Amino acid sequence: MSTTTSLATRLTGATGSRHVVAAPEELVTYAVDGLSPAVIVRPESAAEVVELVKFALAERLKVVPVGSRSKCEIGMGPTRYDIALDMTGLHEIAHYDAGDMTLSIDAGTPLRELEGFLRPHGQFLPLAVPCFESTTAGGTIASGIDSVLRQQYGTARDFLIGAEFVDGKGQLCKSGGRVVKNVTGYDLHKLLIGSLGTLGVITRVNFRTFPVPATSGGHVATFKKSTAAVEYRKMLERAGVPLTNFEIVSPEVIKIMRVILQQQVQGAISALSEDGLWYVYSSFEGTEKVVKRIAGELEKYARGAGSRNLQSLETGTDELIGGMLREAFEWLRWAAQETVLYRLAICGDAADIADQLTRAAGSIEIRSASLVRSARIIYFAIFAESEAEILEPAESIHAQALSIARELGGHVSLLHGPLKVKLRIAEEHVRGMNQGLQQRVKKAFDPSDLFAPGRVVGGI
Amino acid sequence: MVNSERPALDPVLIQEMKTLLGAANLLEKNEDLILYEFDGSVEKARPDLVVFPHTTEEVSRIVRLAAKYEVPVVGRGAGTGLSGGALARGGGVMVVFARMNRILEIDLENRRAVVQPGVVNLDITRAVESAGLFFAPDPSSAKSCTIGGNVAENAGGPHTLAYGVTTNHVAALELVLPDGEIVRTGSKHGDAVGYDLCGLLVGSEGTLALVTEITVKLSRKAEAVKTLLAIFGTIDDASEAVVEITARGITPAACEMLDGWTLQVVEDYIHAGFPRDSGAVLLIEVEGLHQAVEAQSAAIEEVCRHCKAREVRLAKDDHDRDLLWKGRKNAFGALGRMAPSNYVLDGVIPRSKLPQALRRIQEIGRKFGFHIGNIFHAGDGNLHPIVLYDPRDGAQFERAIAAAHEIVRVCIQLGGALTGEHGVGMEKNELMTLQFGDADFELMRRIHDAFNPDSSLNPGKIFPTSKGCGEIRVKKKKETAGAKV
Repeated sequence: MSTTTSLATRLTGATGSRHVVAAPEELVTYAVDGLSPAVIVRPESAAEVVELVKFALAERLKVVPVGSRSKCEIGMGPTRYDIALDMTGLHEIAHYDAGDMTLSIDAGTPLRELEGFLRPHGQFLPLAVPCFESTTAGGTIASGIDSVLRQQYGTARDFLIGAEFVDGKGQLCKSGGRVVKNVTGYDLHKLLIGSLGTLGVITRVNFRTFPVPATSGGHVATFKKSTAAVEYRKMLERAGVPLTNFEIVSPEVIKIMRVILQQQVQGAISALSEDGLWYVYSSFEGTEKVVKRIAGELEKYARGAGSRNLQSLETGTDELIGGMLREAFEWLRWAAQETVLYRLAICGDAADIADQLTRAAGSIEIRSASLVRSARIIYFAIFAESEAEILEPAESIHAQALSIARELGGHVSLLHGPLKVKLRIAEEHVRGMNQGLQQRVKKAFDPSDLFAPGRVVGGI
Repeated sequence: MVNSERPALDPVLIQEMKTLLGAANLLEKNEDLILYEFDGSVEKARPDLVVFPHTTEEVSRIVRLAAKYEVPVVGRGAGTGLSGGALARGGGVMVVFARMNRILEIDLENRRAVVQPGVVNLDITRAVESAGLFFAPDPSSAKSCTIGGNVAENAGGPHTLAYGVTTNHVAALELVLPDGEIVRTGSKHGDAVGYDLCGLLVGSEGTLALVTEITVKLSRKAEAVKTLLAIFGTIDDASEAVVEITARGITPAACEMLDGWTLQVVEDYIHAGFPRDSGAVLLIEVEGLHQAVEAQSAAIEEVCRHCKAREVRLAKDDHDRDLLWKGRKNAFGALGRMAPSNYVLDGVIPRSKLPQALRRIQEIGRKFGFHIGNIFHAGDGNLHPIVLYDPRDGAQFERAIAAAHEIVRVCIQLGGALTGEHGVGMEKNELMTLQFGDADFELMRRIHDAFNPDSSLNPGKIFPTSKGCGEIRVKKKKETAGAKV
């Protein structure tokens, strides 16, 4: 206790930071995979972050940068965690020019706040990610989490145009810029995406923004089998029907959604009322004519693929279902006492693969649920009532998922699960990831291994 | 002569290369090497040896052999680059990928193609267009430039406004590191475990690794396309129209500007039907569903007329459309008839600053005594001022360089960047300090050294010579900076 107090005091003295917390009840709320920091600091400027990093360097302390802490369990747990660097104190919109459609914001800016800021200008940032109400821009980038709009707008890699960050030597660095096209110097900001706080402390991010569409629509179609849903997807792809989101939802996931929705809206949602079916949710946007045309194409192809029930969604229902699917990461992980949530990115028929994994889970008597996003990303969850019960099935499913993903030119990551599961499967992940090269990149950014040590699989 | 300052390559190295590749896959005579001392830029540097590998394994062995003799290695595609990126600034071995030009796999279902680096950009589209697909990055040199060069420079093109640049269309890479190790990054899907090394490698200008295989993403052709030519009395009006199109949230697939003077030159050469008496034109293309294209083209026409366009023409058919694009894509060639040489610049500005930037460029032209033409990607603020000059006149060449540097400074002052798609290479490495500070360079240098610790791969590029990596650290080599025509 005295060490902790003394660290907080030293830290305040050395950096002048006004927000230093060492109360145990606070520290535990910053725990990552069960490990709590010794102290929490909430800087208010990039200059303060520089001082804090220099202090940590001098004292050989390990720093984990965090935003709203909604996705800290993605990745491995840190091997040491002295200072939680809470970046929510940096939340200014540094630069915005509606005419240029570019934006520069502090890392701690909440995405919901940003949405409110951009909307009057008729623009938005296509980072529709889980925990949207609380998540920060910097945390979203560092976590590498998917946006449900990925199908239409791509990933953050496609619209993050620059960043500022403090490297492991305590220097404020920048990469990219504030223009939409730029090949000057190395694209270091792209390395920050999904880096889990291991390369530097992101202080500012620059994005290209997009115009809010004139109108949008949502549509649900149901199928008896996943193969029919896959056929539906293929028909739409071949026809070039432009969709912002396309999700194939397993009957098990629908059950979970129904329970949550009933609690939220105090009533059944007719669009999701049938049991035992695969649901396909599509969203789309454009002018009224475009939206009408796409809705018509969805109807036509859904019927062609054998859908027995299909409907265009009213705006309110669409927002409800679309918003809920955006949050799938959040509610899937808390759908049972213990959950392991995998993410597979593959080139192949994802719904078929999801079906295959469901059968594999069934054969070892473990409950599961799956959701296929943008055709080639699978969220696959297995559920159990205790950690002991889930360990072996988690390993078995992981081995199968990894084998499938490698065969189909993709990869598997673990979005949620007990630390014991993460540790058991980590070794398998390391194969084929260019560990040596990845370690050299880490060392270039962070020569003293100051930031979030061990958070990237492979001990990086 | 650059090479006279360097000792000749060890004959044993040349012999070992011949044994490895066969004499038919190697050039060593001065008259042959001369062909490889140029690219599309104003820079010049001659390699000591040119080799043509056929396989990744050969590339690895070439690199190991060069490392054994401590000779630098430079990768090269078709040599169409515009910043000296594929020139052997420190001499050494030039690895030309022209014979690694096979499309290895096409996966139509997943919209991926696996290609060798020497495949010509347009050939990817040609291979998949019957299935309604295409490879989106479309530099003006698409008929001759190679995908390996596109990856090295993160090449763009007119349609990157809607589709993005090369990095947005690369899923995986196979690399040969400077020590000869072969590694793979990314995945066929695109996502991969760990850091996004593909994101770093694309656009690293051959300074981190040699790329020996690329998995590219293919895009689906739009159902409908409309091409408009908006004719303006002044550059200012055309610039205002671009700003207004962006401000109204319209994202065309392409939005190109040609100024009136350039247009006359192009029309004399191409006969595309461009007006000879305008201040500037915008060549705008919209793509998508029929309904979307109708709405967008109507909105764009309205904006252009609001911004005093005297005429807005719509391409009637594919022939009309191809002719307009032919004029745009061959404009640099047309300008080549006007002077012994031309210097195509590349800078980026925030789109809303277009009118100011173009006015400043004209002022700079007057100051240095040049007529500076403008053919550029207006929609994303990517300027390409063209300075026509005579390289035989040393003073004129120096003035052209000075004018170019001043234009680049204007781009930075307006909140822009040094280069939007041509790369830094050896053209702008000394200007990098305008955009980056010491801490930025230090980190970039550490990243460079994590891959290329001896600067044996493409030395003398990107970094200013004062910032560490400009020097060539391998044995025997001397700095040959400033080796210009």
